[in-house]
Amino acid sequence: MTLAQSVLAGESLALARLLTQVENDSPEGRAALNELFPHTGRAHLIGVTGAPGTGKSSLVNRIALHFRKPPAGTPRRVAVLAVDPSSPFTGGAVLGDRVRMRDLAGDRGVFIRSMATRGSLGGLAHATAAMAQVFDAAGFDVVLIETVGAGQAEVDIARLAHTTLVVESPGLGDEIQAIKAGILEIADILVVNKADLPGVEHTERALKSMLDLAHPVEKVFLHHGQTMTIHAAGAEIGPLWVPPVQRTVSLDGSGVAELVEAIDLHAQHLRQSGEWGRRERARLEAELESLITGTLVAQFRLRVPEARYDEIVERLLRRELSPREAVEALLG
Amino acid sequence: MTERKTSPEQGRRIRVLVAKPGLDGHDRGAKVVARALRDAGMEVIYTGLRQTPEMIAEAALQEDVDVVGLSILSGAHMTLIPRIVELLKANGQAHVKLFLGGIIPDEDAPRLKEMGVAGIYGPGTPTGTIIDDIRSACAQKP
Ligand SMILES: Nc1nc2c(ncn2[C@@H]2O[C@H](COP(=O)(O)OP(=O)(O)OP(=O)(O)O)[C@@H](O)[C@H]2O)c(=O)[nH]1
Ligand SMILES: [Mg+2]
Repeated sequence: MTLAQSVLAGESLALARLLTQVENDSPEGRAALNELFPHTGRAHLIGVTGAPGTGKSSLVNRIALHFRKPPAGTPRRVAVLAVDPSSPFTGGAVLGDRVRMRDLAGDRGVFIRSMATRGSLGGLAHATAAMAQVFDAAGFDVVLIETVGAGQAEVDIARLAHTTLVVESPGLGDEIQAIKAGILEIADILVVNKADLPGVEHTERALKSMLDLAHPVEKVFLHHGQTMTIHAAGAEIGPLWVPPVQRTVSLDGSGVAELVEAIDLHAQHLRQSGEWGRRERARLEAELESLITGTLVAQFRLRVPEARYDEIVERLLRRELSPREAVEALLG
Repeated sequence: MTERKTSPEQGRRIRVLVAKPGLDGHDRGAKVVARALRDAGMEVIYTGLRQTPEMIAEAALQEDVDVVGLSILSGAHMTLIPRIVELLKANGQAHVKLFLGGIIPDEDAPRLKEMGVAGIYGPGTPTGTIIDDIRSACAQKP
């Protein structure tokens, strides 16, 4: 049996090992991904991002528990991919998200994997996407992807998720104003976690007013001949999704049922509006393009001797060639 | 294209699970070791206090670690270690190297080594020693 076949047969050890191969982008990992690809495309990928310490891991723990023990319906199998930064100096990392997910221990329907950001941003997004695909093929219904921060890496990872949660908590004060517009744009659902702490209203209001700026709903309605402003949670108007703001307390789980409802509503919205298919297409096209770029660059490096490359760089420095002419000289 | 070659640093990194089984005390020592291993370039999965042998084996499996580092201060090592060894084996992870820190009486060391513990470290062991031992244990890996 190949590693991929063992994964399809539901073997945990094979799954863990394949995740390592895929993370390391090894030839075995690549071959297995090819083999698994026909089995992908079913899982709901949910990104959970936000500033350090807002309670993302605790929330992932609660969301996963809810998926495992739903008040109605069948439990869903849940994979968690928890991403933490590598040290830029040593390349090492302390991955501590599992500490908050101990309630999930012993449940065979849950698989938690920690992952360090390692090198480049592009590489991280690629590895994360590939690992999510492995979980998808292995039959997990939901893949929760936790990332810290609000940088480009999070935005890239959010692009691969169907539904992205941006987690805030009260008491961040002015920091909330500093959230980059980018992070709001990727939010499908905004979560104010630690709603047991003072200052929830303030945080919630700040988020809503920022949302109004980021989602100019009025324009859309003018086009339908009327104007109105929407603040309703999970409001869905035609193809438009207005991100709801949800309060949660991950310490005791309050608000989590409503949050999961909003998550499911968003998935339903994506499917009904045709957005699910459009995102899928955009994601696969982006993956194809980045692979083409990577492959062509690799071929280029094989073909052009290093000495030749260095010589062209020297000529570039001496202004004998423009960058465009340098490319022509190297590729022509 | 400033970075022309892919760095040899990419690819496999030593992955270590650091856990504190048993009901006793604090995890300061475990945290110090976790940070030292990170500073040595390893990826450390930190699971925190009060881990049962089952939780440790499950995490070691899901994280596909090369090494499990345990901190035991309670004196329960002679019951915890055999159980963890047994579970790792049952999961097909007999290759995982076990390192043990804490208060371990000298007379227990031979039996623990027999069970498969690769290294035992008392309080005050320089972290450099642990790092070197982990590196050489992982270099022997097939
Ligand atoms: N009061 C309160 N504290 C919470 C809540 N949720 C999480 N915390 C606490 O917040 C701290 C950080 O929680 P984590 O879940 O580790 O947060 P995180 O966002 O995953 O942290 P990083 O991964 O380090 O960015 C912990 O001490 C939690 O106990 C909550 O709803 N209310
Ligand atoms: Mg976390």
